Amino acid sequence: MTNYFKLIALGLVTLFAMIAANYARDAAYMVHAIIIMLLAGGLFLWTLRNTDEPVPAAVLQTDYMDGVVRYGVIATCFWGVVGFLVGTFIAFQLAFPALNFDWADGYANFGRLRPLHTSAVIFAFGGNALIATSFYVVQRTSAARLWGGNLAWYVFWGYQLFIVLAATGYLLGATQSKEYAEPEWHVDLLLTVVWLAYLAVFLGTIIKRKEPHIYVANWFYLSFIVTVAMLHVFNNLSIPVSLFGSKSVQVFSGVQDAMTQWWYGHNAVGFFLTAGFLGMMYYFVPKQAGRPVYSYKLSIIHFWALIFIYIWAGPHHLHYTALPDWASTLGMVFSIVLWMPSWGGMINGLMTLSGAWDKLRTDPVIRMMVISIGFYGMSTFEGPMMSIRAVNSLSHYTDWTIGHVHSGALGWNGMITFGALYFLVPKLWNRERLYSLSLVSWHFWLATIGIVLYAASMWVTGIMEGLMWREVDANGFLVNAFADTVAAKFPMYVVRGLGGVMFLAGALIMVYNLWMTVKRSPAVEADIAASHATPAE
Amino acid sequence: MSKKPELKKGDPETTGHSWDGIQEFNNPLPRWWLWTFYACIVWAIGYSIAYPAWPMVNKATAGVLGYSTRAEVAKDIAAVEARNAGINEQLASVELTQISADPELQGYAQNAGGAVFRTWCAQCHGSGAAGAKGYPNLLDDDWLWGGDIEAIHETISYGIRNETNPDARYSEMPAFGRDELLEDEQIEQVVNYVMSLSGTPNDPALVAEGEVVFMDNCASCHAEDGTGDRTQGAPNLTDAIWLYGGDYDALMETVHNARYGVMPEWQDRLSEAEIRAVASYVHGLGGGEATPE
Repeated sequence: MTNYFKLIALGLVTLFAMIAANYARDAAYMVHAIIIMLLAGGLFLWTLRNTDEPVPAAVLQTDYMDGVVRYGVIATCFWGVVGFLVGTFIAFQLAFPALNFDWADGYANFGRLRPLHTSAVIFAFGGNALIATSFYVVQRTSAARLWGGNLAWYVFWGYQLFIVLAATGYLLGATQSKEYAEPEWHVDLLLTVVWLAYLAVFLGTIIKRKEPHIYVANWFYLSFIVTVAMLHVFNNLSIPVSLFGSKSVQVFSGVQDAMTQWWYGHNAVGFFLTAGFLGMMYYFVPKQAGRPVYSYKLSIIHFWALIFIYIWAGPHHLHYTALPDWASTLGMVFSIVLWMPSWGGMINGLMTLSGAWDKLRTDPVIRMMVISIGFYGMSTFEGPMMSIRAVNSLSHYTDWTIGHVHSGALGWNGMITFGALYFLVPKLWNRERLYSLSLVSWHFWLATIGIVLYAASMWVTGIMEGLMWREVDANGFLVNAFADTVAAKFPMYVVRGLGGVMFLAGALIMVYNLWMTVKRSPAVEADIAASHATPAE
Repeated sequence: MSKKPELKKGDPETTGHSWDGIQEFNNPLPRWWLWTFYACIVWAIGYSIAYPAWPMVNKATAGVLGYSTRAEVAKDIAAVEARNAGINEQLASVELTQISADPELQGYAQNAGGAVFRTWCAQCHGSGAAGAKGYPNLLDDDWLWGGDIEAIHETISYGIRNETNPDARYSEMPAFGRDELLEDEQIEQVVNYVMSLSGTPNDPALVAEGEVVFMDNCASCHAEDGTGDRTQGAPNLTDAIWLYGGDYDALMETVHNARYGVMPEWQDRLSEAEIRAVASYVHGLGGGEATPE
């Protein structure tokens, strides 16, 4: 019976997408309408073929739902490589502008590829990693199968559709020009629906858990899902110019718009890249180390302090702008207070290894996790420091910011994700062990040296350009033209690009290693206890 | 039943919870962490009393130090302006040709003019003033509208072919091809003739007819010998210095569609002292000419 409703809904979506493609006012919208038309049409036919066919035996409701996690792991690897590749390419575009190829007619210029890179790494790579690990972790730590049946699959595929629509939109010029929130209204609406479904699956699983308490990783995951939903909705409040066009007009204007954007932007860092990934850290580090979490008290205090304080820190992105001084002061003050709550996660992660430090020598996966926590600690110190107005007057608009973001993104988010992937793949595909630990070591060193090259070159060039911009002569006149500062950065841009090449090479080695793990590593008998929803106690 | 990791001797107590084998120690908060956290909070309260911070009903607290970012910038700007006020006044009132006579004034004008140039002019003329296609090189002695300091001052003040200043320098080359003033054949001939003027390789078979076309159509502005006319910004065609390129294709384009380079006026954005400073700077770049007696 539900198939009939599905057929009606899919038929209507296909029909509307057809009409939308016909009346589309811009290329991006038309391409999006065609993609949705083909998808909905295909699903319509598929559903039709399955209607009134014998229903396959229902899956065992006590089994963990790991199929969607396996797909998530593959998607994480795929989008990671895409995102790193685009990032490396645009790094070289900045060093060698001729790489903004004339023959690409502007479609492959830095301006269009840059949001493609940021969205690919944050939302496609990071987002898939978060969704996949959260589905894995919430099942294990709740001793319950994912709630909502196929809804988890809907979340996975809906999220991939969002990524494809966002990426094609950027290339075709559909952007609302809000950093990290570039997709236009129709793509935002799709993500809202997918995200609410994600919240339902996650929360539903927690509610039906068989463990008495909710594990700390799940607090972080849940705060990430809830806050991102709120941020996404408010920052994307806009009115479409036409139902058949991608262009929309923001509801807020001027400094209100800027403030909303950086409230969003900073908390995308705070909740997507910090809270969500802390959830990951809180499960995979104790599992890999085989040691208890260092301090339960610390996890409670730093969790609540972190989520309460992070949300106010956004204005530090708008020092010395039209934003009133009082808001800028508050943003800075909250950023400084945020320092210790952020470090709480670092302490809990690192100290979990106390009693197991010897594993650093023997287990490159643990080494990866530890260095990710190290980079986390470094960037969460650097961030509050850069939020201080006096420091910001030097660092703002320079490459220092870019270096800061990347030591966090490559070092913390990248490395903890790699660690989680190395943990997950043998478990998910029932392999005894990884294909090669020495390849993990290669990955570790390539990525680490790559990040060091990246961060160090951006510190040098960022501080240099900040100093060049403010350099005045004895009469109070500016000494350098802007173009002089750009020319002076060239060698550092090349170094940064090389750092990117190393990081990308490491990721490719990881993909090969994981692939070979699935293909070649000896299989283990499916561990009944591990794939069954059984409470620990 | 999931495996619990083995605890070691001397491990602290756990909380007794276990999830998928993960337990938690019941360790207290690290002291240094807690005290640093408290210190940050105390500092934050103090800072937000000292500086503008807390939003109230009508406006935010101003902070006991009375600080504001805008006042800070205004103070800096006022200090520099006060320091340079005397010399700026002198620069704005002295005869243009006399700036170079006073070493102090000249040095100041060079500094100030360089800063103005790097801020406002470098976008088109390049930070080294070497220009680009369509934007004249200011380092050489090939001037379109004159290279003595008065001519440069006038060009900067009013601009060229802009629609905002009635005193802007103005002239317009006809689009000989687009407006069908010349046949395609004639354009090809005159282009070859123009190339011959600067010794650029050309098709000698067309030069003779090209000269006739040139004398009838171009010489009134570019002069019979092709050396141009600065009173109407008509470039010298004999010196192999080209604003839009001197090869066959570029010249065909120029004669066919004409060119219309625009420069904004600066009178509305820069003070007289700043315009004089940058005029003196550009004049001093290497190609500056003496004012005719």
